[in-house]
Amino acid sequence: MRAQSPAALAAGPRTPLVAVAGNPNTGKTTLFNRLTKSDQKVANYPGVTVDRHVGRMRLASGLQISVLDVPGTYSLSARSREEEIAIQSIAGLGGEALPDLVLLVVDATQLSRNLYMALQILELEVPLVVALNMTDVLEDRGESIDTEALSRDLGVQVISISALKGRGIDGLERAIELALANPASARPGPRWKPETADLVADLDFIAAALPADWIRGSTARARALAAWALLSVDDPDELHVVPDAVRRAALDRRTRAAAAGRQVDAEIIRGRYGWIDAHMPAFVRPSTRGREVSERADAVLLNPWIGFPLFLLAMSVVFLALFSWSEPAIGWIESAFGFVNDVVRGGMSPSIVRDFITDGLIAGVGSVVVFLPQILLLFLFIGVLEDTGYMARVALLMDRVMRAMGLNGRAFVPMLSGYACAVPAILATRTMERQRDRTLTMMVIPLMTCSARLPVYTLVIAALFPPTLLLGFAPVQALLLVAMYLFSTVLALVVAAVLSRTMLKAPSVPLILELPPYRTPHWPSVVRQMLQKSRAFLSEAGTVILVCTVILWGLLSFPKDGAREARRAELQTQVAAIESEPSSPDVQARLDVLASEQGELAGDALRASYAGRLGQAIEPTIEPLGFDWKIGIGLIGAFAAREVFVATMGVVYGIGDADEESATLRDRIRAETRANGEPVYTPLVGLSLMVFFALACQCMSTLAAVRRETKSWGWVAFLFVYMTALAWIASFVVYQGGRLLGFS
Amino acid sequence: MQRTSEIHPGDSARLLQIGGERSFCRRLMELGFLPGTSVRLVRRIVVGDLVEFEVRGGHISLRASEAVALVFERTR
Repeated sequence: MRAQSPAALAAGPRTPLVAVAGNPNTGKTTLFNRLTKSDQKVANYPGVTVDRHVGRMRLASGLQISVLDVPGTYSLSARSREEEIAIQSIAGLGGEALPDLVLLVVDATQLSRNLYMALQILELEVPLVVALNMTDVLEDRGESIDTEALSRDLGVQVISISALKGRGIDGLERAIELALANPASARPGPRWKPETADLVADLDFIAAALPADWIRGSTARARALAAWALLSVDDPDELHVVPDAVRRAALDRRTRAAAAGRQVDAEIIRGRYGWIDAHMPAFVRPSTRGREVSERADAVLLNPWIGFPLFLLAMSVVFLALFSWSEPAIGWIESAFGFVNDVVRGGMSPSIVRDFITDGLIAGVGSVVVFLPQILLLFLFIGVLEDTGYMARVALLMDRVMRAMGLNGRAFVPMLSGYACAVPAILATRTMERQRDRTLTMMVIPLMTCSARLPVYTLVIAALFPPTLLLGFAPVQALLLVAMYLFSTVLALVVAAVLSRTMLKAPSVPLILELPPYRTPHWPSVVRQMLQKSRAFLSEAGTVILVCTVILWGLLSFPKDGAREARRAELQTQVAAIESEPSSPDVQARLDVLASEQGELAGDALRASYAGRLGQAIEPTIEPLGFDWKIGIGLIGAFAAREVFVATMGVVYGIGDADEESATLRDRIRAETRANGEPVYTPLVGLSLMVFFALACQCMSTLAAVRRETKSWGWVAFLFVYMTALAWIASFVVYQGGRLLGFS
Repeated sequence: MQRTSEIHPGDSARLLQIGGERSFCRRLMELGFLPGTSVRLVRRIVVGDLVEFEVRGGHISLRASEAVALVFERTR
């Protein structure tokens, strides 16, 4: 029903729906982007976290059509709910609309494997047009495909295109139009039919259990869906649309067949490949040359000696670029928001409304937008790695390491993304097949040192550790920062290893990974994906961070004491008055007196605020870690989002517009003393604080993203509790251990 | 009859049978690893202990430990 919503929006008759399907790496998404241009919407398939891309396009005749990008699969057979999406979208099952036409994108260089899916679609009697992609690559190899012969044997139109170069698109649009005008001509019926009486009996038995809205009055379609169920249903599987009666029938027939010494899976798959192998010679003139360029590249990139070092080099470049390239843009964004803040502050008279706008709203929006440069770069790199084909090699090279933690190589990229920001990294786990693997990856991603921890580390290191060299050459401050990255990485690996052997224990899934040939990226597609993902980040993480910043502002600002506020306003007027007559003799002395009273009042206001009361309430629990109640306020703020810590400490110490580079904030931190005159912040407290930030789950957006992807509050609670407990214990060990060893 | 480990990188062989978990077999068969098909072992990837096969124009890699379920017959 959902799939028809675009149609409901269009005026007049129903908009025809064209589903673009195909194997992974066939250029399917590139073609989809070419057809629909910028007219696209991204949503989710109901119940699963698979992106559902729907676009619209107008054909030459003026006919408007909806285009659905079906997730890439090698076959319609399914075992997980994610794989089920393909059959649902193509056959119109489980709430998905039946498409008026399937446009199958076929990789000409791997014709036989791609035709397997074409045969499955023909069996379902859904109108089909084949877009034969990458014929240019084929011709470069001296091979060619006789499209007319292929079209004749398949019984549907076959159009040769190059999605990357945009060739043949007009012809494809005409073919779509023809097929939509005369659907029967695009539905020639199954090419392969079950040959043996045994198999026919199996299929008819299962077909009898199919619901009527699956069969839609066609015997051929019923048999095709029966064959799908026979191949797909397993004990156990994660399939969702299969009715119990069909499941029982399929399992029953397969068991019986096995008892009789038959292998039904092989019978069906062999049958289809048998048709393909018998017909291939009629339309392919093969050459002996393979994918030479890719093979030569892999000889280097997957070389036993230099392949892995090259991979590490590539990842280091990505990693460094993520930070250094984004830095100028982050600076611009910060100064832009600072400028807007100053303008508003200058243009409005002091009031609670003004404070709300500047310290709550503008600061809140700014703290979200500041992540954008890194998010954009991250998705640019991921897009390029995927589009060039190197991503599959990355998964291969990392498979060994990931296997030790009960994951496969595909988990590597999401984990790497976690160094920039956990929210997009959690969204990136969707590339993994099993829910359990995704959950496990999500449980450790938040341990990766994300960029929101950097301001905290920078502040603490710059304020509390000397800029000296260790052993005469190693800068202490930089070493500490590297140590923090290593510390969190090692812990993430350990936690993954532990979880995979306890709570998330599961048999390892065999790895079957295609290595596509290397290709030049299709830049418009890369950029589009980058923008779509960044928009998703802004709307998901953005709202949470914004709301939390505003709440935090409220906690810090209220309740207000009338007398104190009046006195503060009075002091402010006096300061302004003195500043306006700079010629008078003792200006500085008078200002200092006023400033110290202002500071005291700000401190009183803070102590009396809701946040201050909370900080004092939690002080006993954080005292063993070396933190006082003022740090406690910072920690409470940081549970919304870590980067809020620095700004909160600025407010706590009465410094406006504090950031991690702020010298006044650093000085203030160094000068802060306890009641007995000892400094609050010692290097040991700093270390304990950094360890706490490395491990504690202080990010509402991460929790919201995990909730969305796991659909479970249980995992959200687990993540929060285990990380925070780990942080407390580790900080306790650091601080108390350090004191036992004689550090202060 | 040869196991994957007995085939040299660059050599082709005819697949005789595949074994292992049902869904693993089904996936491999659907990718074209059918008994009787000619398969080329492209390379071994030492870092991850993987093997890369070429079958029907596609390149598929498997873990060496899981590829033991494949049985081949050497072709010239």
